[in-house]
Amino acid sequence: MQKVPTFSKGGVHPDDKKVFSRSQSIERLPMPSEFIVALSQHLGAPAKALKTKGDTVLKGEKIGESAGFISADVHSPVNGVIKEVRRVTLANSVQCDAFVIVPDAEQPDQKSEMLDWKGQSSADLLAKIKDFGIVGMGGATFPAHVKFTVPRDKKVEAFVVNGVECEPYLTADYRIMLEKGEEALEGAMICAKIIQAQRIIVGVEMNKPDCIAHLKDIANRKGYPIEIMGLKMKYPQGDEKQLLKATINREIPSGKLPLDVGAVVANIGTCNAVYEAIVLGKSLYERVISVTGECIAKPKNVLAPVGTKVSDLLAFCGGFSSEPEKLVSGGPMMGFSFFDMETPITKGSSGLLALPPQKKVRSTACLNCGRCVAACPIGLMPAKLYRLVTNGHYEEAMQTSLMDCKECGCCSYVCPAHLPLVHTMKTGKKLGRKKK
Amino acid sequence: MNKPTLTVSSSPHLHAKTDTASIMWIVSLALTPASLWGIYVFGLRSALVLAVSIASSLLCEFLLGKLSKESTIWDGSAFLTGLLVGLNMSPSIPLFIPVLASAFAIFVAKWVFGGLGANWANPALAGRVFVFFSFTTPMSSFVTPKTLASAMPDALASATPLGFAKTAIASGTLGMDTNALLQASSYPATSFAQSLSAATGFSAYSIDAFLGNVAGCIGEVSALALLIGGIFLLATKIITWHIPVTYLVSVGVFSWMFGGIPSGNGAFSGAFFPSMFSGGLMLGALFMATDYVTSPITRKGQIVYGLGCGFFTFLFRYFGSMPEAVSVSILLMNIIAPTIDRYIIPRKFGDTRELRKKQKEAKV
Repeated sequence: MQKVPTFSKGGVHPDDKKVFSRSQSIERLPMPSEFIVALSQHLGAPAKALKTKGDTVLKGEKIGESAGFISADVHSPVNGVIKEVRRVTLANSVQCDAFVIVPDAEQPDQKSEMLDWKGQSSADLLAKIKDFGIVGMGGATFPAHVKFTVPRDKKVEAFVVNGVECEPYLTADYRIMLEKGEEALEGAMICAKIIQAQRIIVGVEMNKPDCIAHLKDIANRKGYPIEIMGLKMKYPQGDEKQLLKATINREIPSGKLPLDVGAVVANIGTCNAVYEAIVLGKSLYERVISVTGECIAKPKNVLAPVGTKVSDLLAFCGGFSSEPEKLVSGGPMMGFSFFDMETPITKGSSGLLALPPQKKVRSTACLNCGRCVAACPIGLMPAKLYRLVTNGHYEEAMQTSLMDCKECGCCSYVCPAHLPLVHTMKTGKKLGRKKK
Repeated sequence: MNKPTLTVSSSPHLHAKTDTASIMWIVSLALTPASLWGIYVFGLRSALVLAVSIASSLLCEFLLGKLSKESTIWDGSAFLTGLLVGLNMSPSIPLFIPVLASAFAIFVAKWVFGGLGANWANPALAGRVFVFFSFTTPMSSFVTPKTLASAMPDALASATPLGFAKTAIASGTLGMDTNALLQASSYPATSFAQSLSAATGFSAYSIDAFLGNVAGCIGEVSALALLIGGIFLLATKIITWHIPVTYLVSVGVFSWMFGGIPSGNGAFSGAFFPSMFSGGLMLGALFMATDYVTSPITRKGQIVYGLGCGFFTFLFRYFGSMPEAVSVSILLMNIIAPTIDRYIIPRKFGDTRELRKKQKEAKV
């Protein structure tokens, strides 16, 4: 039997908990009464506001313009009127301006004609991707047009599509692969054309055998030169470093990008968004989000406009079945807990989790057990970094590769002493940067 | 919708089930077979010794908890320390000695250095070594195991196999060395071991040492009982193979390679298996050297640590004059462990051989 590929160093195996929402088809959210569309829905500089209070906006109209090299455009999800411009705090604690949009009572159906992309040049396609505000949909929300801009001296040997969805609970990508598999793979073909990739691989974890079979079938039927690769389950395989190790067996050195090893990685959801942008001419103003967790009455995968308030999503999913301890935006390993039910979702919101109270365990001293070292996919020594940061030795911590930590959560997950390792890394990075 | 009271915290929001206390209790559970065997062959007094050790250890932890206003008595570490101290005592030990050993372990070895996680030496071992050098005679007077009672001649006065060999070497009367003893089965053996020896070819001594029919400390005599516990720890992923396997195998290999030299038999004539089953090695390798706090944090470092323990144990056994090879070796390596952690660090992701080569070329 052939060995199922995965990444080799570290990683953990949390219970996948996808059972709550995996069998729920994607449902469209009924029109909420109000949207809060943030101007910082991507990594990098917040977009510059193009509208102001009282302006009318159209569905798909650009309301925020990319303001920097790493930045992205923002579009209105509905026809409506801007009630006000407000300062908001997003789930990930980013503070930015946001448009509060009240949708019109009538939302005319937009005609959509299929556009041909094969005749368009790479540069045109890339410009459209920027224009339609596409960002990485996996959660990091890195602007797609920046990622797909390949410098002249670099070659893309492999375009790796991330269908791993290694975070527990989340099923949005799973549903996209099942229900929008054709669109997503065509989107992948478009991306591959833009970056002129020699090889296209879709990595999917083995807990989604139906997706693997379905995508293989589509690729065969359509004659796409796309390789669907089943990967052994392990968190954090959805991280681009681990994904490239698993799929093409290359390691991205510290501080480098996938392009440095001849690869580009994009999420399956991003490919779907690219398809919708290029073929359907639709800007990125809605996304699939898994509303799930033990405390959600009716877990669902919801197609929700960007800017939808968490309270509206929860109401659509029947509210809470029991009182949650935490609301989390994103997955449970890297997601952000927040408390304000009026928080809007953004382009990067892959999940909304309502988690039940957990057994309270008091943290003890570090036992030096080495579980964190064994679990770290980057090969760091979290226990050592913890000691350095808590004692204020930020510079030494940074010399000990603190900055290479990507906060995947493996160390905190396994720590028997229940030390807040990831939290300490985050703090150490901030304070270390400040000192410099 | 009623508003729930929400907690905000840093990610991750999931946690593996293991915690400090559960580790300590699982290790204690893994020591049950060895404890029960000790109580069975050495009599109920062994149970009393264990109880006194555990109770005094818990009492010390409780007192420190009162002093520092932070109760750590339920994290199980004091219980485990007490249990290990007890298992490292002779069944006939005067009861004040385990009390002293426990007190030394908790107060001096652990608390003085900052409590759990900050101690440089394994507390139970430090306690044992402290009382050994303070009360050498009672610490090295043993009881004949029940299973060996008919075979044990009075002249041996229930000596442990290794102690017996050391005495013999020191007095020169028996003209024997450690290795000769381990191989030539001069130590009394049970009739069961003798018949099994005849059938299998293993020496009767190594069979008895494996099963636990020799004199010694309460918890160290049965390699089999300890192995059952050790395999349980490996299966529950509390420990990994790195330290115990390298430790045991290196003692075996060193003994096999060089153990025959002092007796003039030349290299590669030493006892491989008997050396692994003798003395406190099995207890030390599975339960003491694997102590998280005092061993290296990386897997590679743990292999080096295991090798070091094995080397020193061999050295002290064959060339030292005190029967404390395992304890002293582990304590020695405890001192070296932080240094190992400083120099043996994991390979960082992306730091591949090709990359290093490229960087080297770039420099040239």
